[in-house]
Amino acid sequence: MRAVITVVGKDAVGILAKVSTICSECNANVCEVTQSVLQDMFAMVMLVDITSISVAFSDLQDRLSALGDSLGLKIHTMHEDIFNTMHSI
Amino acid sequence: MINVYDILETIRMIQDECLDIRTITMGISLLDCIDSDIDRACDKVYDKITRCAKDLVRTGEEIEKDYGIPIINKRLSVTPIAMISAASDSSPVKFALTMERAAKECGVNLIGGYSALVPKGFSAGDERLIRSIPEALASTSCVCSSVNIGSTRTGINMDAVKLMGQIVRESAEATVDDRCFGAAKLVVFCNAVEDNPFMAGAFHGVGEPDCIINVGVSGPGVVRSALAKYPDADINQLADIIKKTAYKITRVGQLVGVRASEKLGVPFGIVDLSLAPTPAVGDSVAYILEEMGLEKCGCAGTTACLAMLNDAVKKGGVMACSRIGGLSGAFIPVSEDAGMIEAARSGSLLIEKLEAMTAVCSVGLDMIVIPGDTPAEVISGIIADEAAIGMVNNKTTAVRVIPAIGCRVGDELDWGGLFGKGPVMPVNTNSPARFINRGGQIPAPLHSLKN
Repeated sequence: MRAVITVVGKDAVGILAKVSTICSECNANVCEVTQSVLQDMFAMVMLVDITSISVAFSDLQDRLSALGDSLGLKIHTMHEDIFNTMHSI
Repeated sequence: MINVYDILETIRMIQDECLDIRTITMGISLLDCIDSDIDRACDKVYDKITRCAKDLVRTGEEIEKDYGIPIINKRLSVTPIAMISAASDSSPVKFALTMERAAKECGVNLIGGYSALVPKGFSAGDERLIRSIPEALASTSCVCSSVNIGSTRTGINMDAVKLMGQIVRESAEATVDDRCFGAAKLVVFCNAVEDNPFMAGAFHGVGEPDCIINVGVSGPGVVRSALAKYPDADINQLADIIKKTAYKITRVGQLVGVRASEKLGVPFGIVDLSLAPTPAVGDSVAYILEEMGLEKCGCAGTTACLAMLNDAVKKGGVMACSRIGGLSGAFIPVSEDAGMIEAARSGSLLIEKLEAMTAVCSVGLDMIVIPGDTPAEVISGIIADEAAIGMVNNKTTAVRVIPAIGCRVGDELDWGGLFGKGPVMPVNTNSPARFINRGGQIPAPLHSLKN
């Protein structure tokens, strides 16, 4: 099972580090990361394996979205199925 | 890895364009609850509903969180109560109170099925149930009622049409202190469907399994934003854009339905391929029509735009899910659609135009506020007209009008929430009373003879 973490907002120092720290604390393995900075806007998409996470998926979501709030960023953590279903036949 | 643009598109649809799952509706058969002792029957009904649906709301919330997609409503539909109450001589209102209690216990916001199916005549219990609708709707808050008065196969039961005109009025009168809300929970159908997940017309048909999950999708905002990117595209291109968008919207419905069915251990029924608006700005079907190039919804060209939209939504959605059902099409409820409200207020959108629009889309004259002094016969006439469109065109049509007791054209009723608010719209006041009072049955049309 994999989840997609998206981070969108104003660029700042250490965003990737902070998100990855939470992932590692929850034992979510980061499989892939793409990020881009357009003007001042930071957009990162991270694919993480949540098969053997140490907390409930909803706890991981809550922790990441709280991190987003504290940094002034939008962080969404969603199961990858919704993207696969919507964008492939 | 999944394409980044696709990911961001999904998130934008949900965050900015009001993409959501409108409802997960669990259909529950109550046929095994029939008992000649009404108290015992009500106990069985309560037990069955609370047993089947105890995890529905929690499961819905879990799925919402997993996929990050809002599921606005979790609802229940049950076997038409007229069939259950027929075995007993007591007033069926007790069933409505039981449904209300069970719905509250399960945490759902609406429960449908206080219904009777009388397209060809009244059987035992039907008329008693219909006459009890105003009291049932006034004494409950989340119970919804529907009556099927005609079909392509049977024609239209004009005795029921006459009766329903009175019942719609009485339902409004009985709830006059609550902005006539009773009438907003009552739908009169022609060609009612058995697996509709949308309220107020949902009931669990007798041909359905014991318990089932149906899903209704939404997304007018997503379609409008997609069209807004192509201001100069021709109609073929618009149809293609709508199809692609409808595909994506419907896929989410399919995913949610499958997951809900797995988690609850209940079979997955259908996805209702619908564009269901809400009063939220940006979630309006009228705005889609205006995006196509109409100055105001209701002007010349509206019916053509809606016909194209409705067809493209179906074509896009049909491949996105395993089974389709319910009402499937674009909805045009006036009070629940910011653009329709505006168009009605400005005088651009009239009931006559809405009637024409119902011939090419799902479902019918929906959530329309009419003057409080509209006689029952005129309401019956409106029902008969709408039923005739459904009967002849082989489609579901419905009437949900709210006589605003004590109000006139220019006033407004505001229920808040998903039901929205609507201006009182003018109605042709010439009387069809002599026609309505004749009674009888409009015979089924020639094309009902298909065998």
